[in-house]
Amino acid sequence: MLRDMTIGQYYPGKSLLHQLDPRVKLTGALVFVVSAFLFENWISFAIVTAFLGTCIILSRVPFRYMVKGLKPVVVILILTAVLNLLWTPGEILWQYRFLKITKQGVMNSGYMLVRLIYLVLGTSLMTLTTTPTRLTDGMETGLSWMKLFKVPVHEIAMTMSIALRFIPLLLEETDKIMKAQMARGADFETGNIFRRAKSMVPLLVPLFVSAWRRAGDLAMAMEARCYHGGEGRTKMKPLKYRKKDFCSYGVLSVYLVGLIVIKVIL
Amino acid sequence: MSLILNHVSYVYEPNTPLESRALTDVSLQIEQGEFVGIIGHTGSGKSTLIQHLNGILKPTAGEIFFHGRDIYDGDFPLKELRSKVGLVFQYPEYQLFETTVFEDVCFGPKNLGLSENEAGLRAFEALEHVKISKEMFYQSPFELSGGQKRRVAIAGVLAMKPEVLVLDEPTAGLDPKGRDQLLAELKRLNESMNMTIILVSHSMEDVANYVRRLVVMDEGRIAYDGTPKEVFFHYRELEKMGLMAPQVTYLMHELKERGLMVDENATTVEEAKEAILRAMTWRNRM
Repeated sequence: MLRDMTIGQYYPGKSLLHQLDPRVKLTGALVFVVSAFLFENWISFAIVTAFLGTCIILSRVPFRYMVKGLKPVVVILILTAVLNLLWTPGEILWQYRFLKITKQGVMNSGYMLVRLIYLVLGTSLMTLTTTPTRLTDGMETGLSWMKLFKVPVHEIAMTMSIALRFIPLLLEETDKIMKAQMARGADFETGNIFRRAKSMVPLLVPLFVSAWRRAGDLAMAMEARCYHGGEGRTKMKPLKYRKKDFCSYGVLSVYLVGLIVIKVIL
Repeated sequence: MSLILNHVSYVYEPNTPLESRALTDVSLQIEQGEFVGIIGHTGSGKSTLIQHLNGILKPTAGEIFFHGRDIYDGDFPLKELRSKVGLVFQYPEYQLFETTVFEDVCFGPKNLGLSENEAGLRAFEALEHVKISKEMFYQSPFELSGGQKRRVAIAGVLAMKPEVLVLDEPTAGLDPKGRDQLLAELKRLNESMNMTIILVSHSMEDVANYVRRLVVMDEGRIAYDGTPKEVFFHYRELEKMGLMAPQVTYLMHELKERGLMVDENATTVEEAKEAILRAMTWRNRM
């Protein structure tokens, strides 16, 4: 049921992408997102697609598994596409009263759709190949220079890693509570939108209660182990760059610079 | 009048690297009025098994029949099945959500389409069964103690008047007194209302005193199925599955090895006492 959600989930493996330093993957995801919003013509579109495709193949995560991650955002995707389609001014192709579709609208909505899909695929590729611990580790180390500006980097990273860690737990819990209420005859699937919203109460109340309880338990357990924030904290597995990490940085810069050049020239 | 599982297999997350086989070729027949214990080590598939009984999980292969009808036949009323086969999950207190205890117990009957009055009547009965006093009826369920919450949650399922009551580790986390009360209550339901009770547990001591039939699960298969005496006879094999026979079983075998002619099949403390006394008088007469 809910376990189908793949956003923020880790897909165990030993591929090249799995082995890369999390900082590289974070930078990579950022560069990719920027590049996805940079492209405006077919050449850069092809390059971005090729880049994403190569990464997906390298990660050895089955494509079907990745596409499953798109399911929860389908509504947003459709909404964006439709809004872009109908509300872009320009050369009119089709009109019905106040609704009109323009040539620019078709283009815009197509690009927007592809961009959003790439955005989700690119970022979920990062989380699929990186364990949450490594990811936040990378974030903490990579952003440690921000401490100079009094940004609580460690605290933010810790909060994030806990949040990420709790996503599958809460999903599992939701699944469990749903089953328990279904056993009591609850119906989550039929009825109009108001009935469905009301049927969520028996699910959400226990879920919130349990989230609070878990948060309390976790805080207690952390205190019991003398957790006192990031000051002077050492790591069991400190992050170290290796040769393939530097190579990947190289590939990334070539990719980004290439796209910028194409944008400037064309 | 029975529940039949015919060669049921279940695989979690098929075709992903997380794929895991939970049940393999399980066949089981449970008659109305039976008191069955299902035991097995953690991960032996017992929780997965019971979720098939009211159609929450759909088997990867095999069929399940309730009163002779396949429950996955398209037109089988699943909602009705869920009221006939009541399933109490592990730590059921985490499913409470209403503002008062009484309202929470009414949730099930109301979902069955019963009127306010009738639902209230059933909730009242169910709460009486689990010995929740009237003063607690209009308290918030979140204010109760752990044991009380557990009983309220069980009442929530009982209020649907199931023919079969399935409980997953109902005694986990309860103190010995609460545990004995709960198990005795289940036994009463079984005897007075002829309700079929299926009790999932990993504690042999719990089960041995109450159930009349034991099903032992090991790695997704049924390893043994019989009366507690028959099953505990294989206590060496049970150990290999990470299960312990009741302590009396060990005591009786030990006594027999040391030369006291006792009946080693005693499973409860009471039976063991009788058997030892009999053996002692017999020996003294010699």
